[in-house]
This record gives sequence, structure tokens and C-alpha cells, in this order.
Amino acid sequence: MVEAKEGGANGEAVGLVPIPWEFVLSLSTHVHRQILGHCLSGLPNEACGLIAGDSAAGHVSHCFPTRNVAASAKLYTVDPREHLQAELEAEKLGLELIGVFHSHTHTDAYPSRTDVEQASTPLSDPRWHYVLVSLRDTHPVLRAYRIVDGQVNEESVVVEANAPR
Amino acid sequence: MLKKRRWRDRREDVVPVEVRLPTVLRPHAGGQTIVSAKGGTIGEVLTDLTRSYPGMAGQLLTDDGSLHRFVNVYVNDDDVRYLDQLDTKVAEGDTVSILPAVAGG
Repeated sequence: MVEAKEGGANGEAVGLVPIPWEFVLSLSTHVHRQILGHCLSGLPNEACGLIAGDSAAGHVSHCFPTRNVAASAKLYTVDPREHLQAELEAEKLGLELIGVFHSHTHTDAYPSRTDVEQASTPLSDPRWHYVLVSLRDTHPVLRAYRIVDGQVNEESVVVEANAPR
Repeated sequence: MLKKRRWRDRREDVVPVEVRLPTVLRPHAGGQTIVSAKGGTIGEVLTDLTRSYPGMAGQLLTDDGSLHRFVNVYVNDDDVRYLDQLDTKVAEGDTVSILPAVAGG
């Protein structure tokens, strides 16, 4: 936990405000680049993929870009076969799939109504992290959320150069 | 010869298979990732599974007995939606996997 420290121009606390760890999703630099690259290369359609790592620690060490079988600029469906392959591959690496990423081509990096509905089916894992990438503007914007019982909560995203696996 | 084959076919109707569970269903099976179930088709395997683990009932099949749209079921590497859906046959030693369908907008 990072402590707030004194030191602003007027002596007020600045900068390092504590953030509860459960609202932080850390991505390795490699994963961050892979996600953005896959989303950009999917244009004009939405792109998607699965992320693996340690769910409790909120750390993503591995990413599995997948085909969007919906092949749409407004919808995505992770290729079911690639999903199974990713699940087995993650297990081999001693990791588990802890979420999904996908792009929004013309809207904010915020879960759509469809995203929230799909995150709330009986088989949806409430521990999953949902990474959204908006490609609306010149620079991609990446944000992350937890979606539990239809409730959307944003998490801070940290990109770590030497993140632990 | 013909009789013998018929006898074998009947014997092969119901076979034991391994079923790989998605994370949210594991607590219904005492935390196990892989469980055993029996059947000649995917539909029968899923029915047997919910018989053994009643907590899973309603989470895989709809009231009219079809596969929920948010569920992916595989025989080995293949998605049963591209095979014969719930009528897809299983053979002894096959692995049936269940995963959530991941989609959105």
C-alpha cells in the first residue's frame, strides 16, 4: 500500500493516494501492447481476446488474442475453439483465464448494455476482469472493469515493465 | 456377424466420459475441475451430470431441453454447435468441456 505524503506547494497531500488493491488490474507491458495491437489490427471490426494470470492479485501476465466470430463493428464473440485452447494453454502455464478484452470502434471504453448482460449469465465468473479498448479517437484508450450482478465497477489499470508472473 | 455388431452398438450407447467444468460450476462438484459422467450423446451426458450434481440443473439446459446460448460445450476440441448439438455422439475416452460463451457488444 502506498501512503499519501506531504509535499504539495501549499503543504497539502499530493500524488500518492492509497488505492485498495482489489480495484487495480496490472498488465505486463507485453500484454498491454498485445491487447492494443490486436484491437487495432481488428479494425474496422471489434477485436477480442482472453487474458490470463492471477485473478485474486489482479495481475495479467498472458494474453490470448482470439478471432471475433461475430465479425462485426458492434458485436464480438470469442471463437469458442480458441477459447478452449486458451483455457488449456493457461492451465499448462499454471495460470487461469481471468477475463476478456475487446474493442469498441466508435464508442467509449465503457461496457455496453450487451457487455453487462453477457457478463451476468449463470456461467459468467464474477471474478473476471473486463478490459475495454476504445478506438474512437486517434489514440486507443484502455480501461478495465469488474462486472458483478450487473454492477459495473472500474479498476485502475497499471502497466508494469517487470510485473511478476 | 450382424448380430454381434448390433450387440456392440447397444453396449456403446452409454459410455463414461470425462467432463471439464467451468470455474463457476466447480463448487457444485466439490471443487473438482474434471468429473465423470455417462451417456451416448452430449444431451445424455449433461443430463447425467445434473443428476449427479443437482446444483448445475438449469445452468446448462433450458426448460425445453436445449442448450443455453451462454454455454459452449465441446467434444474434445470441437464445439457441439458445429456438430449435432445435443445429439452429438460421444465415445469412451472423449473429454467433454463446458465453458461460458464469451461475447458482448
